Order: sequence, then structure tokens, then C-alpha cells
Amino acid sequence: MTDSTFGLQSKKRLRLIFLRFFIWFAGMTPAVWLVWRLLTDQLGANPIEEVLHRLGDVSLVFLLVTLSITPLRGITGWNEVIKIRRPLGLFGFFYLTMHFLTYAVLDQTLDFEFIIEDVLERPYITIGFTAWVLLIPLAVTSTKGWIRRLGKRWKNLHRLAYLATTLGVAHFYWQVKADTYWPTLAALLIVGLMVYRIRGNRSGSWPQVLQSRKH
Amino acid sequence: MLIGKSKKIPSSEMTPENVYINRREFIGKSAAIGASTSLGWRSSDFGGLRERRFLQKDWSKVRSELDEELTPFGDVTSYNNFYEFGTGKSDPARNSHSLKPRPWTIEVGGLCDNPGTYDLADFIKPGKIEDRVYRMRCVEAWSMVIPWQGFSLKNVIDRAKPSGSARFVEFQTLNDVEQMPGQRYGVLRWPYIEGLRLDEAQHPLTMLVTGVYGTTLPNQNGAPIRLIVPWKYGFKGIKSIVSMRFLEQMPTNTWKRSASQEYGFYANVNPDVPHPRWSQARERRIGEFRRRPTLMFNGYADEVASLYSGMDLRIHY
Ligand code: HEM
Repeated sequence: MTDSTFGLQSKKRLRLIFLRFFIWFAGMTPAVWLVWRLLTDQLGANPIEEVLHRLGDVSLVFLLVTLSITPLRGITGWNEVIKIRRPLGLFGFFYLTMHFLTYAVLDQTLDFEFIIEDVLERPYITIGFTAWVLLIPLAVTSTKGWIRRLGKRWKNLHRLAYLATTLGVAHFYWQVKADTYWPTLAALLIVGLMVYRIRGNRSGSWPQVLQSRKH
Repeated sequence: MLIGKSKKIPSSEMTPENVYINRREFIGKSAAIGASTSLGWRSSDFGGLRERRFLQKDWSKVRSELDEELTPFGDVTSYNNFYEFGTGKSDPARNSHSLKPRPWTIEVGGLCDNPGTYDLADFIKPGKIEDRVYRMRCVEAWSMVIPWQGFSLKNVIDRAKPSGSARFVEFQTLNDVEQMPGQRYGVLRWPYIEGLRLDEAQHPLTMLVTGVYGTTLPNQNGAPIRLIVPWKYGFKGIKSIVSMRFLEQMPTNTWKRSASQEYGFYANVNPDVPHPRWSQARERRIGEFRRRPTLMFNGYADEVASLYSGMDLRIHY
């Protein structure tokens, strides 16, 4: 092994360590922030609503960022970034599950009569719930073992992330009373991401498309 | 009992609103520095208010007629829907310092024999300021118990002498983007408009409010004068009122215009008629953990149900 390859490898390892650190930092920050606000009595007059809403925001951001990783790699050519896609998605699922539990346990105090009524009769809850249920198998099959076992089917299964996130955005849009600014932004982003993927699948990856335009 | 616990609060303990106004003006003239921090409202005064610096008496024993505890002053003044200052619950407390509640002019017009334009102090003259503890139920399924100071709207209606053809009253909020920065955004159509049927407006429970917890109404709660209709969802309680008109036709209130499938003109609190996107059967009382059942007409059914006899409240939501 020559000196220069060793240097390359250790640089690569350093970058990986940095990515790992970054992902844990990014993933834990919202949780620490919410717990901090809880402990210092900064959640306002309606803490349950505040926690519910902030967890909803955070899970949607994680899901959208997760789906942005592949385009990010395509556009920047930065291949290693794909390594943080799975942890990002799992953090998204973690916050989403906390969002659901906040709703079910804190907001509805596990009164199933009301929870079932909500899930069946309030469209925004119905689609939010559907999105969460759709993401459960994705979280379960995110391990190396499952990736190996499912082979090609794994990729197809995990395309469901697009459907689930789209439902999540619709859920966000639907529950807003009048100010549709953020849900509209989220909707534009998810549409952009899907357009990117569909075009990428049809006509090669974006870098190719972009490069062919340059010629 | 019609007016909640008001009977339990001797009137001698109360500081009439016009005393506040006068004292404010006096201090404003004599000690400019002290004025804004002592009696004038600023949202940064929260800490002081939480310590009851301004609260003239011990409110801890005061309860509603259903023996409910009051919602703490800090919550009443920091958790508000007042889209003129932003759509977040804490936006009004943060942003409403730009509102100038004095001097304030109110126009009374439409189908009445005695229209006029009044300075605030003249406008409230026919009313006798009194304490009233009311439940406030928001359409978003949370609620508070609040000690307001004010008087029955009927007092100023009687002065205006509505003509025989008048069947509705319409109110408008100030429309001034300099004072209300949220009006820069088209989330709702400005100015905010609300209305009542004349008999609802004349009901003794219907109240014009100029104070809360014995202090001048903070900007974020609708200074200097707002409407409270305790058996209706909170959005009927229009804030920072600048005009009042008598009409023959039902006015279109702002939220109804925004989404008529979801918000009606009547907006009576009704646990049996769900909002299309959420149940109205229960509510979270601010400060409590478990949701509690919502009461028909917010617990004022004995007083107001007769106003709606024969009406299908599923249609007239
Ligand atoms: C992919 C799935 C989901 C996403 C991305 C999501 C995201 C969000 C977002 C962004 C909000 C608005 C927060 C704000 O006001 O800033 C929200 C609100 C809410 N979500 Fe979800 N959510 C999802 C699934 C669920 C599920 C499974 C439930 C419960 C069964 C749920 C119940 C609620 C409730 C009750 C609200 C508050 C609505 C209100 O206050 O009017 N959500 N969610």
C-alpha cells in the first residue's frame, strides 16, 4: 500500500466519521430542542399542541430531505451522501411515530372511540395515518439483511416513500386553516422531486441530461 | 344565573375602565417615561403581569358559575388567534405592539336613527363596566375561562336606535397595515368582519370588552374594544372594533367567506355538529391535560337556546 492510497483512505474514513456525526447531530437536535423547551416551560399555553405540531413539521422535513438525497447525489456527483439516506429516513420515521403517539396518547389520551372516528372520518387524519402505516414496512426492511433478502424488490418497495411523503404533504395542507404558505412549499418540493426521479428514469440521470445540454 | 359570577365580585372592588383610560392619559402627560411601562400595555410586560403587578385584586378565588378555575393571565395573553398580527398563536403577543389603541374612533351607522362617530370614551359611555367570567371556546377545540371587564352590547345598540328594518349588526376591525402588519398577507380578506343577528346582539350575555383580569385590554386580545359572545366560537368575538353597522341582510363574516363549508354565520358552540376536519365533541381547556366534553352553547344553553328554536343547527352552523 503506497502512502498516497493510505492518505486517500483515511480521508475517506474521516469524511465518513464526519457524515455519521452530522447525521446523529441533525437527527437528535429536534428531540433535544423539544425536551429542552419542555423542561424550561417554553412550550406555551398549549404544550401538547405545540409538541404535536413541531413533531409533524420535523417528520415532514426529514422525509423530504431523505427523498432529496438521490437528486443531490445526481446533481453534485457526491456519491457518499447516499450513506446518510437511510439514517435520515429512519429519523423521519422516528419523529413521525412520535407525532402519531403524541396525537394518540397525549392529545386523545388513548380514547380509541375518538381516535377511530378521527382516522375513519377526518380525511386529513385518514391520509396521515395511511402515510404512517405505509412507512412501517419501509422502516422494518431498512436493515442490511432485508436489503439482501429482498434484492430488486427492495427498491420497488421503498419507492413507497414517495407516496407516503406525498400523503404527508396533503395531510399538512389539509389541516391548515388559512395560511397555506409552508404546505404549498412542501407540495412544490415533492412535485419537483418526483419530476426529477421520473425524468431521471426515462432519460438517464440528471447529470447526463445537464451535460448533454451543455454540448 | 345570567352573568356568571359577577354578583360575587362587589362593584367597589372594580376599577372602571374609564378610570384606566384617564389615568393612562394623565400619566402620559406627566411622566412620559413611566407611562409605557406602568399602565400602557407592551407585550414585553408579560413577566410583570404574571407577577400580577397590575392585577388589582386577588383573582385566585374567582371562578365561573360552573365553578371552573380561571385560565392564567399569562396564557390568556400569550395564546391568541389574531391573524392581523400573524397566524401563529404567539405572534399576536409578539407583534401587536405596533397597534395604537388610543386615540380610537368608532363609527356607528347603517339602519339606525342615531348614527355617529365616537371617541372610545364616548362610545362606551352608555355602558357600566362590570366583571364577567366567561368560558371562551375556540373552533379549534381549545378553551379558556376568562374574567373580562365590559358591558352589554345592548347599551350601545339602544343609543343608536336601530330602525325597524334592521335585522343584523356588522362589525369591522381596524384595517391599517402599518398598525397590523399581518394584513400584508392575504391569508384572510381584510378588514376582518363579523356579524350578529340583532336579537343575538341584544342578548344580555353579549358583551363589549375593554379589559381583562382588571387591566386594560392588551393589544393581542383586541384592544381597545372587542366583542365577546360566549356561546359562540371564539372567531365571532371580533377584535379592535372600528365600526358597527345595522343591516337588513345578513353580513358575510370573514371566516365564512374564507371557507363557508367549515365556518358559518352562527358558529354556535355545538358538540353534535363536527367541523368537517375535526370533532367538536371535546375540547382542551388550556392548562388541563385530558380533553373535556364540550357543552351545548358552551354551557349557556339555558340563556340562549330559545334564540334558535325551530332552526336546524346542522344547516345553520
Ligand atoms: C407522513 C405522515 C405525516 C406527516 C408528514 C405529518 C405532518 C404534519 C404536519 C407538518 C402538521 C402541521 C404542523 C404545523 O401546524 O406546523 C401535522 C399536524 C397534525 N397531524 Fe400529522 N403528519 C403525519 C401523520 C399523522 C398521523 C398518522 C396522525 C394521527 C393519526 C397525525 C395527526 C396530526 C394532527 C392531529 C395534527 C394537528 C392538526 C391541527 O392542529 O389542526 N399526523 N402533521
